Amino acid sequence: MSEQQALADGFPDLSSLRVAREAHWGRWLTAAIIVVVLAAIARAFAYGQIEWSYVGRFITAPVIVKGIVNTMVMAVLAMTLGIVLGVIVAISRLSPNPVLRSVASGYTWLFRGTPLILQLLLWFNLALVFPTIGIPSLWSARAVDVMTPIVAALLGLGINQGAYTSEVMRAGLLSVDIGQYEAAQAIGMGRLRALRRIILPQAMRVVIPPLGNEFIGLVKATSLASVIQYPEVLHSAENIYYANSRVIELLIVAGLWYLLVVSLLAPLQMLLERRFARGVARITR
Amino acid sequence: MTKPLVAIRQVSRSFGEFQALKQVSLDIWPREVVCLIGPSGSGKTSLLRCINQLSPVDSGGIWLDGELLGLREAGGQLHRLSEREVARQRLSCGMVFQRFNLFPHMTALENIVEGPVQVQRRKLPEVKAEAMELLRRVGLAEKANAYPSQLSGGQQQRVAIARALAMKPKLVLFDEPTSALDPELVGEVLSVMKELAKSGMTMLVVTHELGFAREVADRVVYMDQGRIVECGRATDVLNSPREPRTRAFLSAEVG
Repeated sequence: MSEQQALADGFPDLSSLRVAREAHWGRWLTAAIIVVVLAAIARAFAYGQIEWSYVGRFITAPVIVKGIVNTMVMAVLAMTLGIVLGVIVAISRLSPNPVLRSVASGYTWLFRGTPLILQLLLWFNLALVFPTIGIPSLWSARAVDVMTPIVAALLGLGINQGAYTSEVMRAGLLSVDIGQYEAAQAIGMGRLRALRRIILPQAMRVVIPPLGNEFIGLVKATSLASVIQYPEVLHSAENIYYANSRVIELLIVAGLWYLLVVSLLAPLQMLLERRFARGVARITR
Repeated sequence: MTKPLVAIRQVSRSFGEFQALKQVSLDIWPREVVCLIGPSGSGKTSLLRCINQLSPVDSGGIWLDGELLGLREAGGQLHRLSEREVARQRLSCGMVFQRFNLFPHMTALENIVEGPVQVQRRKLPEVKAEAMELLRRVGLAEKANAYPSQLSGGQQQRVAIARALAMKPKLVLFDEPTSALDPELVGEVLSVMKELAKSGMTMLVVTHELGFAREVADRVVYMDQGRIVECGRATDVLNSPREPRTRAFLSAEVG
């Protein structure tokens, strides 16, 4: 188009002007207030009845380190059991078989519906109900010998975790397009092979962020196993402060360890997410 | 006397109140290309899905290469086949979907070898060589290691066709293979299908591409409201339809 447009007057050319930076006075002010409040809290703790030298001394104490190792071992074992149960239950809930479906819903209902600490106590005290357990005429043992703190904690935490994980997994399975099931069937796959090869790998991508959440929750929930004498980090801290009365110092020690472990999980989760994002055009932000 | 590759007899299928197929019967002969046309909701796709057993028939029967699909007659009664047997029967029959349905977590090559290796238990090196040959055939040899999200719709559909062919099916079903494509990508998929038809593959194609039907189909079947209204040589049905409903549909499609 060679013809010059006739433009109306009164609208000056702005193309040479820059957009000025905003001052953001409100942000500066709130940041200053927060710094003052944090400084006040820090000062209060510094002058409070806390012997920080005890925190330093006990943070690497062998009992505490052994405790946090036990915490992590239990969290990993219980999460593994939880994921195995969760996948089985999620698949059962989506099965055409009504018996499987109701058993799976019943499991989720029972173990989500009662407090975790109650479940732990029940497992630990199973010997009160069944003095001996076993398979008739094949194998049997005294329940008190079998239900050690570690076994009771693993069953309590893992089975409870399975109930929550099953819902996360079910959400993941439902997020995969129905066309993917049909394409898998069309190349001759049965239900289970289609789930394993086609559906689950795609569901994992969706499921990892909430599973990371679940795992962080579980790391902290292992502290409940202290009530059944499982020697995790809080249990160790309690044993020490029963002896030396440095309650707050040892709770801070345990708290710092929990923070450290949970902080290490975030980069691990990122690695896993990248692994399962193959072939997916990433939406960043 | 040759036998039909697919024999469909009095097949009915309902979804709740809606009768998608009403007593449909049709033969498809070996090496034949049949195009299914008709308005949406006429039962074309339902018929395809019954042949591939993605949805079971309510009554009637479908025989593929002489074998009754999904059912077994015993003691004067019909029994549904187990999932395993249905999966085995599906191997003779490839399917190409409207929305491609490639596996997004696998490359083009992995999509193609998945069935032969996982289901047919064939050796990977041999299947891989065949898959590369198939990719060459659909013009995508250089995209073997691309993920579906890195391919255009037309390229994805061509990979999907290669994936169906990798199972060495006796018949390939196409469910509106170009309906989800941008107009400029339709041609590349149709030309792959034309080449496949020329190679002698038996094809049943649900399509709105009347030009393709005229050029490639041996027969055209017009369906409406769950019934086959008209069926005959492609030129006859498309150029001089006998039924008023076919005539109305065709003039609307062209107009």
